[in-house]
Amino acid sequence: MFGPEQGHFALALACVLALVQFVLPLWGAARRNGRMVALAPYLAVSQLIALAMSFACLVLSAVRDDFSVQNVAANSSIAKPLLYKITGVWGNHEGSVLLWTLILGLCGAAVSVFGRNLPDILRARVLAILGGVSAGFQLFCLLTSDPFERVFPAPMDGQGMNPLLQDPGLAFHPPILYTGYVGFAVPFAFAVAALIEGRVDAAWGRWVRPWAVAAWCFLTCGIALGSWWSYYVLGWGGYWFWDPVENASLIPWLTGTALVHSAIVVEKREGLKIWTVLLAIATFSFSLSGTFLVRSGILNSVHAFANDPARGVFILGLLALVIGGSLALFAWRAPSLTSGGLFSPISREGSLVLNNILLCSICAVVVTGTMYPPFMQLLFGRTISVGKPFFDSATIPLTLPLLLAMGVGTALPWKRAQLAKTFSHLYAATGVAAIGVVLCFWKLSGILPVACGILAIWVIAASVSDVLRRLGLGHTGVRGMIARARSLPRSSWGAALAHIGAGIVVLGLCGMSQAEHAIVEIHVGETRSLGGDDWTLLDVHDRIGPNYKAMRADIAIHHNGRLVTIMHPERRDFTTQNQTTTEVSIHTNLITDLYGVIGDRHGSGANTTYVLRLHRNPLAPWMWLGGLVMAIGGAFSLSDRRLRVGAPKRSSIRNMARA
Amino acid sequence: MKRKTRRLWMVIACVACIGSAAGLTLRAFSSNIVFFMAPSQLKAHPPAADRTVRLGGMVVAGSLHRETHNGEPVNAFQITDGQAAIEVHFTGILPDLFREGQSVVALGSLQRDGDFTASEVLAKHDETYMPKEVADELKRTGKWDPRFGKAPDASSWDTMTAKKPASDTQSLKTGG
Repeated sequence: MFGPEQGHFALALACVLALVQFVLPLWGAARRNGRMVALAPYLAVSQLIALAMSFACLVLSAVRDDFSVQNVAANSSIAKPLLYKITGVWGNHEGSVLLWTLILGLCGAAVSVFGRNLPDILRARVLAILGGVSAGFQLFCLLTSDPFERVFPAPMDGQGMNPLLQDPGLAFHPPILYTGYVGFAVPFAFAVAALIEGRVDAAWGRWVRPWAVAAWCFLTCGIALGSWWSYYVLGWGGYWFWDPVENASLIPWLTGTALVHSAIVVEKREGLKIWTVLLAIATFSFSLSGTFLVRSGILNSVHAFANDPARGVFILGLLALVIGGSLALFAWRAPSLTSGGLFSPISREGSLVLNNILLCSICAVVVTGTMYPPFMQLLFGRTISVGKPFFDSATIPLTLPLLLAMGVGTALPWKRAQLAKTFSHLYAATGVAAIGVVLCFWKLSGILPVACGILAIWVIAASVSDVLRRLGLGHTGVRGMIARARSLPRSSWGAALAHIGAGIVVLGLCGMSQAEHAIVEIHVGETRSLGGDDWTLLDVHDRIGPNYKAMRADIAIHHNGRLVTIMHPERRDFTTQNQTTTEVSIHTNLITDLYGVIGDRHGSGANTTYVLRLHRNPLAPWMWLGGLVMAIGGAFSLSDRRLRVGAPKRSSIRNMARA
Repeated sequence: MKRKTRRLWMVIACVACIGSAAGLTLRAFSSNIVFFMAPSQLKAHPPAADRTVRLGGMVVAGSLHRETHNGEPVNAFQITDGQAAIEVHFTGILPDLFREGQSVVALGSLQRDGDFTASEVLAKHDETYMPKEVADELKRTGKWDPRFGKAPDASSWDTMTAKKPASDTQSLKTGG
């Protein structure tokens, strides 16, 4: 029942359903044919069922060790633990494309289920666009990267998975990250549907924002998780390498963040409509090109899965169709959208516009830095690369005004603000930031880290004081504040939390800029000191794991004579793959990470020495905790009642009357 | 606030931001672009001592040895593209995938004594994978033509000779 052929068939079925989902509702909406329009949600759900079936078949083939399936034979082996047999399904090109389409199917079904209060025609058009994108990528999967391909004769055992990828962090990283990428397909579909309809209003903003926020939450989590993975698995002591694959997730995150903010203006003030539609298109386009240009190996990097030209041509064609098509539609229809409410430059809208411009400028810098090297290679045959120094010196100066505006923006009223009054709200935050100045100059060195640190403290202080002000601190008693806290919209809490999270991330980055490390070669029993801690190599012994041999060190860390921890970094030797991995050992107290890596063994007998790399990373955990806080803030704002129920009823009646 | 004034403000803000972004990008490009060079190119056109370059090629089989400078362990090995070999010094733990006879990319700068000091050594995740830069270099020097099968075994690299000297003129064209 769940063999690879059934899976292949289910995928083909899903592709056909997606095509139907693309054509019929669009046709029905144009012809005002209620039946065809009503068909869309059912098609979306059945497409999801077919995709889930197909994915289940692939997972089962991997779990059953069916090595007659090419994909399983190339990426799995009998000795692999069950968890990694399952998660290994999306650790390769074919499986990850299937997962990608599965999540897209899930998005379509979610729109059908949670979008009941949308006008039927709009929902049908949104689902049709999602179906069209789905169909394209399912065709890509079927024609160029079939995950169910058989091999004959079937090998006795698979080739196994890269031991680096056998890690729980990586196991859940792709699904979360992909949900973020693919989630932006929904705002994209909403934007295209609005362009077809020729109408963007406050209600549209209210419908599209939860989807954008949800995708943004997942993308934020995915990026944080990926960065954490590279921190503790790769053992280089770094957390972000400005690798094309990492940038591919950062670029849609930047435009997605801009989208989440500009949609507020559409919702509240009916302004920035055209811009918001463009951002929705751009974000999904960046997600698409990010996942697929990178995966097709056009941007070469350590992560590249596939280096197959046929795939490249197909994917380029598909990208051109989706992105070019939507942009052409935008160019044709956008002028018909009228722009809304007026506002002065110093106002909430003004600050959101500034936020958008700055985020898009940073995005442009990252895009340039990522695309310039491959284009130079392509056009002039010169191999160059840009790395951390480039991105640091080009993006950080643009981040500073962004952080400054983040603190001021939430304190500004809509339409028009009086500067004097606004600043009176910010006295407390300014005071805290002044303490931050002292703290940063004392603890941090370097101009940019100090500036970022001060502004991060400013953002956190301003967000906290903004919430307190809304709760009526100083005007009402504790009971009144609790009552106000209950009635304060969750989206306000969410925004404050997300901004605090961003501040925490920036503080973590500032802390990491002060990281210290030492590479030492010592005998057992020797002690070295780093940043006030004494690291003693107590012992090194060998250990046998399920499919590897390991060299395990015991390192004791003392601070002023008091034992802090004993850590056990390992070096694992995977014999089947002829590969070694380093298992980092990290001790954290949430303020500072102590990070130990064991390298080679040299010499023999009493003269044996070991190479150790020791890191002291201040505030490192804050980078990921801050990311988590940001995502929680997004989730909070999703749970706001106003986003779930509200005005849509009225316009749906109007639409029905029109139909 | 009139519509026209608002538009003016927006345009000013956009121009200011995009302009500073472009300025920052250009400034960062001019000082931070890292060129990829093969050992023979590095020998022929040595860059300034403070300039960071990416040196790519194969690790010469049997060339890896260790030295100690100021109490820090230093890995010394040679990287070759078949034409020339360069001595590379790297302080730190070599990546797990580092093997003699396999391709690596070293990030660092050329010292006055002709040795290369690497701050980072990258070996690729996949052991059958060859960095594109190295593959291009192999094709350019005529050691490997993809039409005639797989790339030659890396350990034989430094003993091979180029097929014809015509590749020199090519290297002038692409190397600059």
